[in-house]
Amino acid sequence: MCLAIPARIEELTTPGNAIVNLGGVRKEISLALVDDAAVGEYVIVHVGYALQKLDREEAERTLEMFAEMGQLDELREELNT
Amino acid sequence: MKYVDEFRDGELAKNIAANIAREADPKRTYRLMEFCGGHTHAISRYGIADLLPANVRMIHGPGCPVCVLPIGRVDQAIRLAREHGVILCTYADTVRVPASDNLSLMRAKAKGADVRMIYSTQDALKVARDNPQREVVFLAIGFETTTPPTAVAIQQAAAEGLKNFSILCDHVLTPAAMHAILAVEGGVALDGFVGPAHVSTVIGSKPYEPFADDYGKPVVIAGFEPLDVMQAILMLVRQVNDGRAEVENEFTRAVTREGNLKAQQLVAEVFELRDMFEWRGLGSVPDSALKLRPKYAAFDAELKFRVDYVEVPDNKACECAAILRGQKRPQECKIFGTVCTPENPVGSCMVSSEGACAAHYSYGRFREVA
Ligand code: SF4
Repeated sequence: MCLAIPARIEELTTPGNAIVNLGGVRKEISLALVDDAAVGEYVIVHVGYALQKLDREEAERTLEMFAEMGQLDELREELNT
Repeated sequence: MKYVDEFRDGELAKNIAANIAREADPKRTYRLMEFCGGHTHAISRYGIADLLPANVRMIHGPGCPVCVLPIGRVDQAIRLAREHGVILCTYADTVRVPASDNLSLMRAKAKGADVRMIYSTQDALKVARDNPQREVVFLAIGFETTTPPTAVAIQQAAAEGLKNFSILCDHVLTPAAMHAILAVEGGVALDGFVGPAHVSTVIGSKPYEPFADDYGKPVVIAGFEPLDVMQAILMLVRQVNDGRAEVENEFTRAVTREGNLKAQQLVAEVFELRDMFEWRGLGSVPDSALKLRPKYAAFDAELKFRVDYVEVPDNKACECAAILRGQKRPQECKIFGTVCTPENPVGSCMVSSEGACAAHYSYGRFREVA
C-alpha cells in the first residue's frame, strides 16, 4: 500500500482538488498537502493525496545520470579492450 | 507513459549492474537492507537480486505497514466492528491480515460485520456523512506517507462537526523502526540501508542522519523504480568501499533534506508521540508511533469505544518476526508456500505484495530451484 505513482495534474477542480492522470486513468485527488500545484506539473500520489511535487528537471537529471553511466561503461569497455 | 518507462530501462539497469559487479570487492560481503516494502516489491518484481553479484545481498526490512501491524491491533478493529456495530473502514490490504480466532477483517465481514475497503481518507469521511445514524471508524495504519492524509481527514471532520467519525490510530514512524532494527538483540549485520522513497518525500532526508553519524551506517534514499534501486545499491557499495557513512539522496526528483513541511506541520498539529507501541517483529518500541492529541480526543476510537489493546502472540510456525528484523528469509519459514500462501496467509508478510513473503512467493520463488 505504499506504492505511489507519479501523475500529471490535468485539471484543477473544487478548491484543493485536482484531476490527475494515473497511467491513463483520470482520478480526482486532494492537493491539501502541497502548495501551488499547477496543471502540467507531476505529483506523487498516494492514497488519494498528492504527497509531493515531482521536480521535472531533477527527474530529467536522474535519467541523464543513468544514461551517462551507461556511456561511461562503454568508454571503459573500449579502454579495457 | 514514457516518463515512467525510462526509469525501467533494462539496458541501463544492466549497465548499473556491470558497475556494481566491477566495484563490489569479492573479498567481502555487502549486506544491504531495503527498509521499505516498496523496494522489496521492486526488487522481487524486476528480478534485481539476479543482477547483483552473490556477495551483494539484499535484506528485507520491516517497512510494510500491514506486515508490522500486530495481531492485537487487528483484533481491536474486529471487536469494534462486531461488538460495537461500527462501520469499519480501512485500506484494502489490511482486511486480509490474519487475526485471532482464525479471523481477519475480511472473514469478520463475511460473518456480517460492516467492513468497507476504502482508497482514501476522503472516502471514509464520505461514508460518515452518508451514514449519520451509524458510527464510522477508520482503521488508520501506515508510515509517514499515510499519516498526513489521516491528519487532513481529522481536521476536516473537526471543521465539519462530524460526530460519528473516529479513527483507530496505528500510524508508525520509520526512523524509530530503523533504530529498533539496529538495536535488535544479537544484532543484524548490516552494511547500509536503502532509504524509503515516499516516506522521505514527507519527512525529508534529515531524519536519517543519525544512522550515518551515530551508527556509522550509510543510507541512500532511493525511488521505487528499478533503476533507482540499482543506482542506490551502487552508491551504497561505493560508500562501503570508501569507508564512508553518509546520507545520500538518489531520489532528488521528489525528496529534499527538509521534506514536505506543510505535511509535517499538519501531522504535528493533529498527532503526538505514543510512549510505547508494539510492532510485529520488533516488540514494544518507545516513541515509535503516533496517537491523536487531546484536542482531537473526540475522534479517537480507542477512547470513544474503550477498546483496549491486548497483546496476542503470533502463530507459532510463523517466522514473520525474524523476517521483519532481517534475520531470516521467507524461504526459511517451514510453512512458506505450502500452508502459507497469498490466498491463505498465515502471517502478515504474506498479505501485501510489499511483504517479503508475498513478494518472494509471487516473483522470486522459482529462481531458487532454477
Ligand atoms: S511464510 Fe507465512 S507464516 Fe512463514 S514467515 Fe512468511 S508470512 Fe509468516
